[in-house]
Amino acid sequence: MSTDTTDLTRLATPPTFQSVSGARKAKNLFATVLVSLAFLIAVVPLVWVLYTVVQRGLPVVLNADWWQKSLSGLLSRQTGGGVYHAIYGTLVQGLVCGVISVPIGLFVAVYLVEYGGRSRLSKATTFMVDILTGVPSIVAALFVYSLWITTFGFGRSGFAVSLALVLLMVPVIVRTTEEMLKIVPDELREASYALGIPKWKTIVKIVIPTALSGILTGVMLALARVMGETAPVLVLAAYAPYINYNLFDGPMASLPLLMTSERNNPTDAGFDRIWGAAITLVLIITLFNLLATVISRWLAPKTK
Amino acid sequence: MSDPVVVKPPGGTGDAGAPRGASAHTPVPPPEAPIPPQTEVEPKSPHVRPGDRIFKGLATGSGIFIVVLIGAIGIFLLVQAIPSLALDNVNFLFSREWSTGDVSNMRYGILDLFLVTVVSAAFALIIAMPVAMGIALFLTQYAPRRLARPFAYVIDLLAAVPSIIFGLWGLFVLGPVLTPFGEWLTSTLGFIPLFAKGNVSIALGGTIFTAGIVLAVMILPIITAVSREVFDRTPPTHIEGAIALGATKWEVVRTTVLPFGKAGYVSASMLGLGRALGETIALTIILSATGSNFGWSLFDGGATFASKIALAAPEFNDPKSAGAYIAAGLVLFVLTFLVNAAARSIVAGRKEYE
Repeated sequence: MSTDTTDLTRLATPPTFQSVSGARKAKNLFATVLVSLAFLIAVVPLVWVLYTVVQRGLPVVLNADWWQKSLSGLLSRQTGGGVYHAIYGTLVQGLVCGVISVPIGLFVAVYLVEYGGRSRLSKATTFMVDILTGVPSIVAALFVYSLWITTFGFGRSGFAVSLALVLLMVPVIVRTTEEMLKIVPDELREASYALGIPKWKTIVKIVIPTALSGILTGVMLALARVMGETAPVLVLAAYAPYINYNLFDGPMASLPLLMTSERNNPTDAGFDRIWGAAITLVLIITLFNLLATVISRWLAPKTK
Repeated sequence: MSDPVVVKPPGGTGDAGAPRGASAHTPVPPPEAPIPPQTEVEPKSPHVRPGDRIFKGLATGSGIFIVVLIGAIGIFLLVQAIPSLALDNVNFLFSREWSTGDVSNMRYGILDLFLVTVVSAAFALIIAMPVAMGIALFLTQYAPRRLARPFAYVIDLLAAVPSIIFGLWGLFVLGPVLTPFGEWLTSTLGFIPLFAKGNVSIALGGTIFTAGIVLAVMILPIITAVSREVFDRTPPTHIEGAIALGATKWEVVRTTVLPFGKAGYVSASMLGLGRALGETIALTIILSATGSNFGWSLFDGGATFASKIALAAPEFNDPKSAGAYIAAGLVLFVLTFLVNAAARSIVAGRKEYE
């Protein structure tokens, strides 16, 4: 009986599943190691940068004065003081930029998804949004400089910075909004049309609310991105070590601008201010990123 | 319409919260008519509601605005640059001088800026491309499904760090660490022009070598994000086919994922190149200024288009000397425009990436 079974199980041809040769195994292992290593290589600078910022900046920002005072009246080598003037500048310039960019970006995305179709203008717009995404921030700053300051004759101000940031923020908002509008199911639109609701009302009341959480997440991420931009503030605003609430006139500090101007200060105090501002900037950006996550969780369309 | 309390007997409004039976007392609408005889019949000709017209106008206008904006950037920069270009006493494209302080005798050309910009961006790209491909493959093919998302988030975080912080880190932290390695490179491979002793001190770290490595870190997340998306779209049937033929993981990647994603990967790298060409503040901080010309060494200092403009920006007082920098900015704009347009044209019209 046992001989029968062996006869039956013996194969007439070599087994289908041959073991993988050593060379192929080695190559496979090598590739796996290399690919995992690539990921680790990318994590190293991230951790290193964050560690540097925390290690050098944290002792500075733990002082309550840092958040409540400006650098007004302090000599460059004097320690103490704070950066609330720069925090104000960064937030206000970013928020004003957001107020201008969001409607433009939203309308461009609505045009591309709801109206454009495959028309020539739609293709041109998509192409130009891509190009705008790649426009270097210094070029955006120069454009606003030649438009707002040279041609229109206004002075350097926080508002000019906001205008330059708009150029950098709009394409980001268009891209994320476009993606979000595209995944709104067509059935929702059709149901709305079937009830005789005009197209614009369908977009405003049905399509955008459905995509709202994704859009707001994108806006928050875009805001976080533009607040760290340095080139526009360098070209378009003058630094002031004191608070200036007026966005339209006079020198106005912001965190990146404070960091670049304190680079000319070789003292320990200047060094502290640079890294303190760096960690403050990172904290603000983290805050906006967290806000983006919270919004996307909180406002996500209820599926039930 | 139905908000105020209706005191009058319910006239024409049948929807004012009146109970159904109440309509029998109203003289105007005959209750037996199932469809009330409306005066406003659905128009036969396509009638566009004003709300729709306004909204469509706004949307289309915004689309046109974007197209016009790009044109305006080019035109405004050109208009501002021309008067200064007319005052330039040397060839703008091929001169290596840059002196704009004396408006009556401006001598400036972009050759040196161009070379430093392109060499540092290319160096960054050479480092970033293989690493980005590795990360994209790791995230899409190798990493455990459950961990792929948080891992991808970590890479995206790299893009969230402001470039000024990368610049400070590059100059104060990474530069000194790289110094011994740089000195070793110049002493052993110094006979190759690329690794020759440059025109700035290696010990200070303000070289194209340091700048290129920092740039590589900064463009890594862009290249990774786009490649990842493309690699993720490899048709599962291709992958399953390769697995069924007995391919190892690496063979699956090599025979299906890479050929499918090649165009997208190249396009992603071009986007990264565009970003590296225009990076401003990190390079402004890192690169040491130098009086001598760029000598084709990675250990040279110098300035890129963007860093040159940023360094001079606080002193844009005379429109003529500012125009010189705007001319340089225009060249940078054209350069990034071409690179980005090329990146787009590589993937344009490919249905499989849609």
